[in-house]
Amino acid sequence: MNYFPDEVIEHVFDYVTSHQDRNSISLVCKSWYRIERLSRQRVFIGNCYSISPDKVIERFPAIRSLSLKGKPHFADFNLVPYDWGGHVYPWIVAMAKSKVNLEELRLKRMVVSDESLELISSSFANFTSLVLVSCEGFTTNGLKAVAANCSLLRELDLQENEVEDHRSQWLNHFPESSTSLVTLNFSCLKGEINLAALERLVARSPNLKTLRVNRAVTLDSLQKILSWAPQLMDLGVGSFIHDPDSETFYKLKNTIVQCKSIKSLSGFLEVAPYCLPAIYPVCSNLTSLNLSYALGIPASELIKLIRHCKRLQRLWILDCIGDKGLEVVASNCKDLQELRVFPSDPFGAGNTVVTEEGLVAISFGCKKLNSLLYFCHQMTNTALITVANNCPNFVRFRLCILDPTKADPLTQQPLDEGFGAIVQSCKGLKRLSLSGLLTDKVFLYIGMYAEQLEMLSVAFAGNSDKGMIYVLNGCKKLRKLEVRDSPFGDAALLADPGKYETMRSLWMSSCEVTLGACKALARKMPMLNVEIIDDSELTVDEALCGGAPVAVTADGDDKQKVEKMYLYRTLAGPRNDAPEFVCTL
Amino acid sequence: MDGVTGKGETGPKFFCFVQGNSKDYLMSGDGGSSRKGASSSEERTLELKLGPPGGEEEFWAIKEYGKSSYFSHVASVQKGINNNMNSGQKFSADPAPKANGSSGSQKRTASPVVGWPPIRSSRRNLSSSRSLKLPPKFPDVVHQDKISLEKPAENKGKGLFVKINMEGVPIGRKVNLKARDSYEKLASSVDQLFRGLLAAQWDSTGIETKQDNEKPISGVLDGSGEYTLVYEDNEGDMILVGDVPWDMFVSTVKRLHVLKSSELSATNW
Repeated sequence: MNYFPDEVIEHVFDYVTSHQDRNSISLVCKSWYRIERLSRQRVFIGNCYSISPDKVIERFPAIRSLSLKGKPHFADFNLVPYDWGGHVYPWIVAMAKSKVNLEELRLKRMVVSDESLELISSSFANFTSLVLVSCEGFTTNGLKAVAANCSLLRELDLQENEVEDHRSQWLNHFPESSTSLVTLNFSCLKGEINLAALERLVARSPNLKTLRVNRAVTLDSLQKILSWAPQLMDLGVGSFIHDPDSETFYKLKNTIVQCKSIKSLSGFLEVAPYCLPAIYPVCSNLTSLNLSYALGIPASELIKLIRHCKRLQRLWILDCIGDKGLEVVASNCKDLQELRVFPSDPFGAGNTVVTEEGLVAISFGCKKLNSLLYFCHQMTNTALITVANNCPNFVRFRLCILDPTKADPLTQQPLDEGFGAIVQSCKGLKRLSLSGLLTDKVFLYIGMYAEQLEMLSVAFAGNSDKGMIYVLNGCKKLRKLEVRDSPFGDAALLADPGKYETMRSLWMSSCEVTLGACKALARKMPMLNVEIIDDSELTVDEALCGGAPVAVTADGDDKQKVEKMYLYRTLAGPRNDAPEFVCTL
Repeated sequence: MDGVTGKGETGPKFFCFVQGNSKDYLMSGDGGSSRKGASSSEERTLELKLGPPGGEEEFWAIKEYGKSSYFSHVASVQKGINNNMNSGQKFSADPAPKANGSSGSQKRTASPVVGWPPIRSSRRNLSSSRSLKLPPKFPDVVHQDKISLEKPAENKGKGLFVKINMEGVPIGRKVNLKARDSYEKLASSVDQLFRGLLAAQWDSTGIETKQDNEKPISGVLDGSGEYTLVYEDNEGDMILVGDVPWDMFVSTVKRLHVLKSSELSATNW
């Protein structure tokens, strides 16, 4: 390959876009490593603590797009204390200092301060795209800075972030000259919006393809927006309540009919069921529908809506659609690939709106299904086996039975066989979440059959260390393992220390792991950060009584159980921003 | 604790997923050379030993065997599994969540476990924050371009109880419209609420009638029955039940009447 000048090789590499492929290319030889690193523009770092920002910039000086992930996944469910970390600021500082020509920043589960946003908006002249998913730490003031200063901004996509509303009127700060927006998603914002400013912004953004608004945007404002943007392909509705006999509603219906490009519909953060028929005209083109925040639509209305949506590929819905509703989905949505059924009443007393029957019906009707997230009250082995039989193409299979240790109600048996069938049938399975009554046997099956599995989530499952050992031994492609409330202890943790260098991270909480074992692991594997997280109330009280801040240390009794442990491979050594309740061994 | 399956058997049990095979084979996984498997020579065996890889104990070795066609005999294998688990009897389907988990406690709904179910905070608060915010009765928003979402009339909380009176029955009832989500449910409620009372009216001695004197009250929605359901709306008008979508009905209904179909004027039909 050295017959070709570098430019030619680089040109060839331009066609290689997947991160994994580019990583492979860089391992071929020194020359390729050099050419690849100098030409790489998009970098993905799955764990922001696995490497320092300076090293990344040093290796990839031409970086234009950076994706970072911070907190462990269980942070979504409040298992990770608030100040654990995941700050993006050091990354921004490093890139600004090195005059990186940053254009795109995609962050997931990170702490983003207003300072970070301000620094981004003032340091990178060509900045075009900001995507924040499940982040926190910023306010509408930070958004104000982005709106005002990023003159080339094309994409501002805020998904499910915790944003403090400081009444900043941030939307007003998009200059009149800003006409380049393609994506604007602020559905997660809680506060008010200047509707007139939004309408003007949409009116001067001819390239706008995705618009997802928050609850403050009313139906009549929506009507005006849509009349300015009939080219929209992805619409997130805010409030959808109006007198159906009014002129406004009549106008909306006519406006919607003009929006022939809408393929994706979401939001309905507030909705009156009698207004839903207004969207029927766009349903036949929809490939993606997200009604998972639209509480208050009875099953009958949902069913009527679904009947219009014959081309759906992705459906996110609440469980009030019921098993009968899912049967309708199964018979109507033959192209369905991804289904997520969320609980409308997670702590309710179990009116069994969605059970295994709904899932079985889906599996008979939607043969292309490859991604599932299903919250239900019960599941049976027979159902899971049927589903496995019908749908061998699952890439993601996440089942959540609301009572986490519930057995098969027909047989009172654990669900080992059902999940065993899933992993055996779905040879391409990459992500699996388990629930229900489960013994070590399910892990045996997973270790035996789940050859492509990259991420496994375990809660309240297993009988002994063997369970976890089966998985660590068997799943060669495992990258992330997260376990809570399961009887896996030191033997499991220490069974194969080298394995953790082949993985991104391991989370274990409320398991049987002791401090001594964690220390032993940390000693043996210097390339891992083994973090002990102790945010128990007791510790805080002791701190207050003792007068000194209590830092979790390695001085405790080795035999004591560790409540939360998070370990990950890293080239950066122990992190220097760990709060007091985190101790890196 | 060894890898017991909780059934009092020693050693893990593994099932042979081979076509046409509805029997189960016990394979010993308890280390060492003893193999208590009841394997037939034709079936390939699963050999499993437990221990860290490369450690001094035996290491994990799985022999590949036919992974195909398990699913073509789902029913027979399932039965086989059930038999092996010593629970040959099938329990009738019980949709109520009464799990007999052998491990772990019953996670009842009264005190949720931290971080369970695994949903984000934004989804967690969905039902509590929404139950108070129902769509306003749209007559309130006629002639308004601004939407006021904060005044959902009396539809607060869990119940919308309206009076319901039946012609010929002096005592009325109250029915919770929030607890029903369709006209069909409402109609069957009428039957439930008034069947007994109506039957009592026909018994002139005042003695509680026997069950077989009661006949179901049906056809209240389509005019086919002896009685018809009508309602009084917020403007005081009497309207036949069933014309408008359920939610629209719920937002305007003030009280219900079950009238004799013959009493209704001919023009209503």
